[in-house]
Amino acid sequence: MKPPPFTYHSPSSVEETLDVLAETGTDGKVLAGGQSLIPLMNMRLAAPAHLIDINGAGGLDVLRTSDDGVRVGATVRQARVERDAEVFRVQPLLRWATGFVAHPVVRNRGTVVGSLAHADPAGELPAVLALLDGTIEVVSRGARRTVTGRDFFAGPLESSLEPDELAVSAFFPALPDRAGASFAEVARRHGDFAVCGAAGLVELDDDLRVAAARVAYVSVGPNPVVLDLTEACGHRSPGATDWTRAADAARGRLDPGADIHASAEYRRHLAGVLTARVLGEAGARAHGAAASGDGAHSGALR
Amino acid sequence: MTTRMFGEPIQRREDPRLLAGRGRYLDDLGHGALAAAFVRSPHAHARVLDIDVTDALDVDGLVAIYTYEDLPERVADPLPLLIPHPALTHGRTGYPLANGIVRHVGEPVAMVVATDPYVAEDIVDLIQVNFEPLPAVVGIENAVRAERLVHDDVPGNVGAHLVQEVGDAPLAVDTAPHRLEFRLDIERSASTPLEGRGVYARPDASDGSIRVYSSTQTSTSVRFAIAAKLGLPATKVEVIAPDVGGGFGVKIVHPWPEEILVSWAARVLGREVKWAEDRREHFVSSAHERGQVQFVRVGFDDEGRVLGLDVRFLHDHGAYTPYGIIVPIITSTQLLGPYKVGAYRAEFTSLYTNTVIVTPYRGAGRPQGVFCMERTMDRIAEHLGRDRAEVRSANFIQPHEFPYDQGLVFQDGRPLIYDSGNYPEALEKVKEMIGWDEFPGRQEKAAAQGRRLGIGLACYVEGTGVGPYEGGHVQVDSAGRVHVSTGLTSQGQGHGTVFAQIVAEELGVPIDAVEVTTGDTRRFSYAVGTFASRAAVLSGNAIALACRRLREKALRIAGEALEADPGDLEIVDGIVRVVGNPRTAIPLRTVAVLANPLRYAFDEEAVRATQFARSSGDDGPPVPEDDEPGLEGRDYYSPVRSTFASGMHAAVVEVDPDTAEVRILRYAVVHDCGRMINPTIVEGQVHGGVAQGIAGALYERMAYDESGQLLNASFMDFLMPYATEIPRITTGHLETPSPLNPLGIKGAGEAGVIPVSAVIASAIEDAEGIRIARMPISPDELFWLRRRAETGEVERTGVVKSDRAP
Repeated sequence: MKPPPFTYHSPSSVEETLDVLAETGTDGKVLAGGQSLIPLMNMRLAAPAHLIDINGAGGLDVLRTSDDGVRVGATVRQARVERDAEVFRVQPLLRWATGFVAHPVVRNRGTVVGSLAHADPAGELPAVLALLDGTIEVVSRGARRTVTGRDFFAGPLESSLEPDELAVSAFFPALPDRAGASFAEVARRHGDFAVCGAAGLVELDDDLRVAAARVAYVSVGPNPVVLDLTEACGHRSPGATDWTRAADAARGRLDPGADIHASAEYRRHLAGVLTARVLGEAGARAHGAAASGDGAHSGALR
Repeated sequence: MTTRMFGEPIQRREDPRLLAGRGRYLDDLGHGALAAAFVRSPHAHARVLDIDVTDALDVDGLVAIYTYEDLPERVADPLPLLIPHPALTHGRTGYPLANGIVRHVGEPVAMVVATDPYVAEDIVDLIQVNFEPLPAVVGIENAVRAERLVHDDVPGNVGAHLVQEVGDAPLAVDTAPHRLEFRLDIERSASTPLEGRGVYARPDASDGSIRVYSSTQTSTSVRFAIAAKLGLPATKVEVIAPDVGGGFGVKIVHPWPEEILVSWAARVLGREVKWAEDRREHFVSSAHERGQVQFVRVGFDDEGRVLGLDVRFLHDHGAYTPYGIIVPIITSTQLLGPYKVGAYRAEFTSLYTNTVIVTPYRGAGRPQGVFCMERTMDRIAEHLGRDRAEVRSANFIQPHEFPYDQGLVFQDGRPLIYDSGNYPEALEKVKEMIGWDEFPGRQEKAAAQGRRLGIGLACYVEGTGVGPYEGGHVQVDSAGRVHVSTGLTSQGQGHGTVFAQIVAEELGVPIDAVEVTTGDTRRFSYAVGTFASRAAVLSGNAIALACRRLREKALRIAGEALEADPGDLEIVDGIVRVVGNPRTAIPLRTVAVLANPLRYAFDEEAVRATQFARSSGDDGPPVPEDDEPGLEGRDYYSPVRSTFASGMHAAVVEVDPDTAEVRILRYAVVHDCGRMINPTIVEGQVHGGVAQGIAGALYERMAYDESGQLLNASFMDFLMPYATEIPRITTGHLETPSPLNPLGIKGAGEAGVIPVSAVIASAIEDAEGIRIARMPISPDELFWLRRRAETGEVERTGVVKSDRAP
């Protein structure tokens, strides 16, 4: 469990990073928190000839919140996002979901953007980005583009990043008014990759009836899957909604795979269970937020 | 008076050093050593056609590559079959490096030595081995079907077949008022110590000797094995177990190929060589345990008393049998637990498969036996509509019936005779601790809130402290320090604490003056090893006996110095004094000086022992006949047979009606290991054991596919539980002393793990009303059991089919 030889680069600016990326091309790999990449290298499942450490590049350690949402720089650690009070005020789902990412020591090093770029369908943060219609800011020498989750996640452990591109930040839109969110997952052990996970978002209309209900799933396909389950919720108030109908609808539309921890059928069953749980909780939170009139939400660190 | 030390819950003396990161594990040693790495088979069964090292030869840092053809006589021989048995008619062992054929994924094929482990692994990747894959035998059912063979010359894949019986069990079953027949399955798991195996060899060209550090459970036997393989006298080989990060059984196997090869290569190269196993290697090239399929027939009366028990089981021992058939022998003998059954028959067939070898893992066959017996007790209770605890109680051996002869031959070749125990009291205690009698009300109340709770119970008896022997050496130096050594090794048990407690108690010295060394053949060369819950029983008693010899000598010498009768002397706080006249006293350190008659005074203290300082009153020699210089004691303890610890566990679980996740709400243990040296250490052993038991019940398995690839060879997919998965464990103690040894103690190391699968299965069954016959169980499996119970494919409990004898 020792990595094969590689050349280590430690660029001191984003520009220099982009130069190195352009030079190394497909032989290069960006190192941010290293919580997924380094184990893969130690197991020789990944063998990049060049490792480009962006921790000294400068300017990437920025966590910015506004009423529109949360922008997370490429070297911002998951633990920081999890604990930041402003982030929680603007988009509480980030704290709820990040709390399920492995263990605290991993979150102390692991980055949010790294988790997105790693594009693991078992990852919590890709599902959150997809649910919220967030975006990723991507730069290369002389170019910059904004990519949606749908376009970014190309398959298991595969993103649409080109070899010369660097994901510099991710943007998670704020929780809308009269809306609530929730995250839940079933893992075999505390902190493991989820057997199945779900992030739910419920928005209410002026009459406090469910106007939109969406769920993003973890570990049920090659990419984060987002389902719009609004119809199945029947436009009632959250308290009067039969969430099991949404659960049934979700089961009918998902096509999860099997692995040594769970059969496809069990995963499908769990996806339904979790759909009802996250929508139920998100609905209640939306109702609470709307009733208190200021979009505030309660919830402490898990 | 000296404070009592034996029986006190003092804190582990090892912890400050280990917790502060000052432990010295195998890979902390030998930073300048060359690194070894191994090319291992990617196939479960294959012929090795060709090994091409061309690409590797140019790599900077390559020192040597060895294949089977490079090995000299003895090193090239098959590995030893450590524990032969007449029933093991087709025992087979592997070679240090594959000799033309590989029989499991992970078997070593070539050895690389390089300047560091990174380069060594690079070179491993560059060696091309041309394999001709052969059909693999994976799983007990394929092994017994024997359409393919693991070894060409082993028909039916059968390594061993053994029957033990007392009375006519088949007849007793057939003629019993009630009978049941069912099948049980247990899957594989493994010891999985956090530190893998490792070897570091330091040859000394000046005298042709070699010192080997190994992360082993038996340094003395590794020493003899290396000496034999390298053709050296044992005096030229030293083996030391440094701090060892857990063993749990896997490190009692020896000599591992790597222990021989690293030592051999170090001598050939004249350089220090080290190999530290990585996690993936450990999964595929060390050892596993547990896999069995059991077929049970039981006959019983209206009270639930077992009149006949007829068990046939198939045991998967993997590709080779270096450790013999100890595991299935233990299963078949310890299955009976605390019960007396009318007639008993156990028949096992031990089978080859193309998987990692199976050798004892904490519990060593007992968890399977207990699972079998306790599932049987639950089935009987269900069938009769009786309380599960009551049925067990009806079968207990009673306190007045000890010693109780089960009529079988145990793993040590000695009769299976239980020395002592009190099972009815243990049952009462565990029922009270878990709230057994109140549980139905609690269960009903929870059900009203949509929650599914269940309670389970299981009992076990564990033969501990098997022979043949261990020894202890105790020496008091002229500074008053007490140096204790014993040959068996430590892997975190707290030997440095409990052995020191024994010495402090026996000698009357402060515990801080006692220093304990284990597993170092330079200090103690005769030993067996640490396994089978034997260290406290064997070495503990040997050290106590050695202390008694030392004490006798100390009192004799002190008596001469004080002109007192040794019978009037006591040792308190390291000072020998006259009872009732404490001012007439001499420190033990001075006695140590006097015990060694000297010609030369090398320090102030030594002056007292020189020839003109002593007023010799007689003409006898300075060292009397039948005596030795020095204040030392050495003795051995060799038991006539094992001593039998026992215990009972109970648990309350909650099962999620939607996700099928299982949560343990309460876990209670009553444990009886005779007199306890240190209750805190006993509890720690029990807690760790329960954690491994929960691992085996709910999390861990070896996910082999049909071709013999292990799909979960990492801590990501092999689900060793974290602290977050382990509930708080309440522990109660009984102390029924063993009459077999001077200290009255029994072993405690393995106990915690033994009944857990049985307890959890019982509790889940109680919560779900669905029969649990296979462990471990995952949420996915429970989900499917529920589905199949809905369609009637799986039996629900409480559905009694008529099996009343006509």
